[in-house]
Amino acid sequence: MSLIDRRPGLRVGLLLTPPMLWLGVAYLGALAALLIASLWTQNDFTGTIERSWTLENFKTLFTVEVYRTITLRTIGIAALVTVVDAVLAFPIALYMAKVASPRMQRILVISVLTPLWASYLVKAYAWRGMLSADGPIAWVAAPFGLHTPGYGLPAVTITLAYLWLPYMILPVYAGLERLPDSLFEASADLGAGAWTTLRRVVVPMAFPAIVAGSIFTFSLSMGDYIAVKIVGGTSQLLGNVVYDNQGAANNLPFAAAVATVPIVVMLAYLAAVRRTGALENL
Amino acid sequence: MRRIGSKRLAAVACVGVLALATACGTSSGDGGGGGEKAGEEQGGFTAPDVPMAEEVGDPEGQVNVLAWPGYAEDGSTDKSIDWVTPFEKESGCQANVKYFGTSDEAVQLMKTGEYDVVSASGDATLRMIAAGDVAPVNTDLLTNYADIADFLKDQAFNSVGGQMYGVPHGWGANLLMYNTEAVSPAPTSWGSVFDDASAYAGKVTAYDSPIYIADAALYLMNSQPDLGIKDPYALDEDQLAAAVDLLKEQRANVSEYWSDYLKEVQAFKTGDSVIGTTWQVIASVAQGEGAPVEAVLPEEGATGWSDTWMISAKAPNPNCGYLWMDYITSPKAQAAVAEYFGEAPANTKACDLTSDKSFCDTYHATDADFAAQIHYWTTPIEQCLDGRTDVTCTNYGDWTTAWTEVKG
Repeated sequence: MSLIDRRPGLRVGLLLTPPMLWLGVAYLGALAALLIASLWTQNDFTGTIERSWTLENFKTLFTVEVYRTITLRTIGIAALVTVVDAVLAFPIALYMAKVASPRMQRILVISVLTPLWASYLVKAYAWRGMLSADGPIAWVAAPFGLHTPGYGLPAVTITLAYLWLPYMILPVYAGLERLPDSLFEASADLGAGAWTTLRRVVVPMAFPAIVAGSIFTFSLSMGDYIAVKIVGGTSQLLGNVVYDNQGAANNLPFAAAVATVPIVVMLAYLAAVRRTGALENL
Repeated sequence: MRRIGSKRLAAVACVGVLALATACGTSSGDGGGGGEKAGEEQGGFTAPDVPMAEEVGDPEGQVNVLAWPGYAEDGSTDKSIDWVTPFEKESGCQANVKYFGTSDEAVQLMKTGEYDVVSASGDATLRMIAAGDVAPVNTDLLTNYADIADFLKDQAFNSVGGQMYGVPHGWGANLLMYNTEAVSPAPTSWGSVFDDASAYAGKVTAYDSPIYIADAALYLMNSQPDLGIKDPYALDEDQLAAAVDLLKEQRANVSEYWSDYLKEVQAFKTGDSVIGTTWQVIASVAQGEGAPVEAVLPEEGATGWSDTWMISAKAPNPNCGYLWMDYITSPKAQAAVAEYFGEAPANTKACDLTSDKSFCDTYHATDADFAAQIHYWTTPIEQCLDGRTDVTCTNYGDWTTAWTEVKG
């Protein structure tokens, strides 16, 4: 017997080392480097990073009002996108899981997945075209005396909700599919109508799945800056502040400090989700 | 057994994290590059001691060019617009061109050390010199340097203590572009995008960079003389606050800010923007694509640029870099760039080679007095550039923060 066969501990160790290294070094290491960088400062003029420890970046982040506004706006957009996606995804997922024929079910799953194959940028620019002053939305709305919402926060919400919808549909669909059909029959036998069954049986049981989907839509929206650049008009979210400070002003330390905000918000969100017990039910 | 295994793994992971963190802590530490010897001092900063090339050796076979859009055309935008291919044939250096949208982007990209030469505007030059990212230029190695207009040489934005840090390329003014169908009568003042911007609510556009604050300051110089602004790049705190207020009012009417020039072309084509600041090259491209636009120089004058080709202190291909700097300032290349981009060429001999013989008169290429009236992009620093000594001026860091506040 070889050494590997005789030592099960070694076997497990070898199996787990590469993924653990990946998680520990590349993932947590990058986060640690980010946090360290946020404690440095930058020479405003030359853009050279000065490696002396300071909390100056966080002081700016908390005391300058504009960053509070941007943080609240980002959380608001992320929450709105999540709600819109949940409202849109639930009926689609319910139809897919419980109503559609097996053939139709497959077609629907594929059509939900197909947009994920197209480039993010193409989809965002498609919405830039849709929302333009001479785009299709303006053309359809014109006979009713309406206008396109133009570029701005509504456009950002629409585009992000479109981009992340599959990430909400799929977990909700998976959650609903696990729901036994007998529960629907039992509910009907006990005299509940369709609406009551939906409200008191389906939604409570699908709730953990909706929460799982919301983790995707919320976190993806919290970090987005490209859609905002393309359809956001004059508005900016936290991602843009990070991008402008790193990509344009070359202020990596402050960009790192700003980047900790979405991390803290997501940790708070996950903690809140955990309290609902939704994570155990996944 | 399992427990011990996972503890060991955790230890390995921690070592990895530490290694990464310390690696971050020591890499590219002294970006200043200056040795014990103090460099030249000017405008409140010290130029690090970076060696200058003594001779141009054999070409390396390629050169990495970082340029403003339209400065290094190889025929891919328009077949007839091509001055990069002749350079490649002549010098044997393959030119790899990257365009950038703002001076901030250029400063950041030059820090990577991947580029040999850069066309830097006056709001980037001093920052690159101070950071030690660019080297002094040995003008004796450039055959065309003698033909460059004298009023562009040894300026505060391209030299330190009499040592040139680049070779002047060209200069021009930021213009006001408008949609001829939506804006009537034709605008004559920057007021159309500031105090009177509400006439085009939701259709105004502006340049997405802190340096755009100078455009507001220039307008305030004329509309509110009480503020005492003498130079749009020398703003004390009150003057900066006034400019920021003006820009915040403007923002209510802005459709979007642009830094990608193609985004502006598209916005004017679709009608999402109808009026706003532009460069001549953007107006030309938009007109070429059939957009009904014109660009004018408003009565208040304008901010503008005076660009300088600089060579990286860490240039991987310094010989090809020098060959490029010499080629791009030759009369023929200068005539081609200037006519395409819509700016005054630095090499006045180019004036004989332009296809439009009155081109240099239109752009006042040899007119030093006219050139003096444009407020060239300059990096704002604490020492007021207008000579005031009783106040501290706001620096570029303050402008960056202010610009975030403008965008809200």
